[in-house]
Amino acid sequence: MQPILKIENLTHTYSVGTPFERSAVKDISFTVNKGEFLGIIGHTGSGKSTLIQHFNGLLRPTSGRVLLDGKDIWAAPKKIRDVRFRVGLVFQYPEYQLFEETVYKDIAFGPKNMGRSGDDLDRCVRWAAKLVGLSTSVLEKSPFELSGGQKRRVALAGVIAMEPEILVLDEPTAGLDPAGRENLMANIRDYHVNHGGTVILVSHSMDEIARNAERIIVLKSAGILMDGTPAEVFARGNELLAAGLEVPQITRVAMALHRRGVEIDPAVYTVEALHRQLLALGKGGGVC
Amino acid sequence: MLKDITLGQYFPGDTPAHRLDPRTKLLLVVMYIVALFCAKGVFSYGLTALTLILCVRVSRVGWKQLLRGLKPVLFIVVFTGLLNMFVTPGDPLVQLGFLQITGQGLINAVRMVLRIMLLVMGTFLLTYTTSPISLTDGLERLMNPLKKIRVPVHELAMVMSIALRFIPTLIEETDKIMSAQRARGADFESGNLLERAKAMLPILVPLFVSAFRRADELAVAMECRCYHGGEGRTKLRALQYRPSDATVLFAGAAVMTAAVVLGRFGL
Repeated sequence: MQPILKIENLTHTYSVGTPFERSAVKDISFTVNKGEFLGIIGHTGSGKSTLIQHFNGLLRPTSGRVLLDGKDIWAAPKKIRDVRFRVGLVFQYPEYQLFEETVYKDIAFGPKNMGRSGDDLDRCVRWAAKLVGLSTSVLEKSPFELSGGQKRRVALAGVIAMEPEILVLDEPTAGLDPAGRENLMANIRDYHVNHGGTVILVSHSMDEIARNAERIIVLKSAGILMDGTPAEVFARGNELLAAGLEVPQITRVAMALHRRGVEIDPAVYTVEALHRQLLALGKGGGVC
Repeated sequence: MLKDITLGQYFPGDTPAHRLDPRTKLLLVVMYIVALFCAKGVFSYGLTALTLILCVRVSRVGWKQLLRGLKPVLFIVVFTGLLNMFVTPGDPLVQLGFLQITGQGLINAVRMVLRIMLLVMGTFLLTYTTSPISLTDGLERLMNPLKKIRVPVHELAMVMSIALRFIPTLIEETDKIMSAQRARGADFESGNLLERAKAMLPILVPLFVSAFRRADELAVAMECRCYHGGEGRTKLRALQYRPSDATVLFAGAAVMTAAVVLGRFGL
């Protein structure tokens, strides 16, 4: 696997030199590989939002480096905008950043800043709109007359239209209803699978992360607590619970069964896997 | 960067300056401002400045904080200073092409700069040591007599306290929106004046929209709690005027009157 984003000993301290001095991120290192779907979880205040704002150079590390394709993004501070086009960051509640008269113009804001125009601009706007499931008729509407879920899609399309190599999403489904959530995640999966994009997903919801991510990083009080595949991470379910985080519902069921002496792997995190394990037990003439 | 603006921010504390009745503090600030505008010479300026220094010491607000409050008005200070320096007629000291610096101009510039700086620091000290709620409470009580001539005193006070309350929220919101637009490649730092003004649009529109949304939500929340204006409304924390307040008020009045008188005589 080819590394695309490398974080080296990243530390970020707010309000240096005042009584309010506080490290939001402390000595974090990890590597993101090309085409990976990485999930980042952690408590409120564990430094998630601060961390991801370093990926595209919105924040400058107090110490440590951020390498994109092996190059320090702060080597040329004047060129930091180019980094922002390559690493697309979608903030929490991104619908509050919409400002243009029409949805089309709003989605075109990012690509236009990149210097795109004409057919090229039109192509990427329509491509992004289609990818997030916006119909052509919506494009000429004002973003302010859309529903909350649709606004969210427009904002997401605004970042995807820049065709970033890495898409970073901060709680993209917060405040959406279950159907809207699943739809949005399907769009993101589509971007990941069909367009080979690297995705970094920050979320509170363990279930969402478990269903989508190939690798999970767990943050706790400004540092990394765990880093591994979902199976590896959820195998340490008790530690997660001790850290005040949750585990996916399925894992919780498996852990409870395991505690009661049922011989199954407590680290399963999908309905299918649990189903398979329970069936295997049934055949062996176990509990059922 | 935006977080450095400390307009109307309150630093909680438990010093005599914090405990003083907001009405006393408001009246003192008004007198202080009057004295500042009457000040002319070294003595009257010195007296007002000394009062400020004393109040700052008592309040234990850091000078750093206070000076940081000056940052937003720096441009006005410099501009007024330069304007006064160059356009006041009198005996020229230095001649720079068509510009000349006169002795009177120099004195005027120093006066104006000092006046603005002391004014800003004094009023900031008020907001640093008084929570917005007690500030508007005090204002409401002070303006109470105006009710007789049908001034909507309570409503004005409410509007003010809401405005003060939302300043930090809106600053935070602006920061967030700026980051979000930067992530989409918005550039606020380069370009000429027109381009920069245009670049503000992606910030201003969402900010307005969210301000209206917040206002709407607040109105609903207030109505849900049966807010119906000032009529018959009682206070949770009724203001109590204590002897110490009267003492401070009279002492302050005496000193400020002295400053005004000194200023009158050009001292």
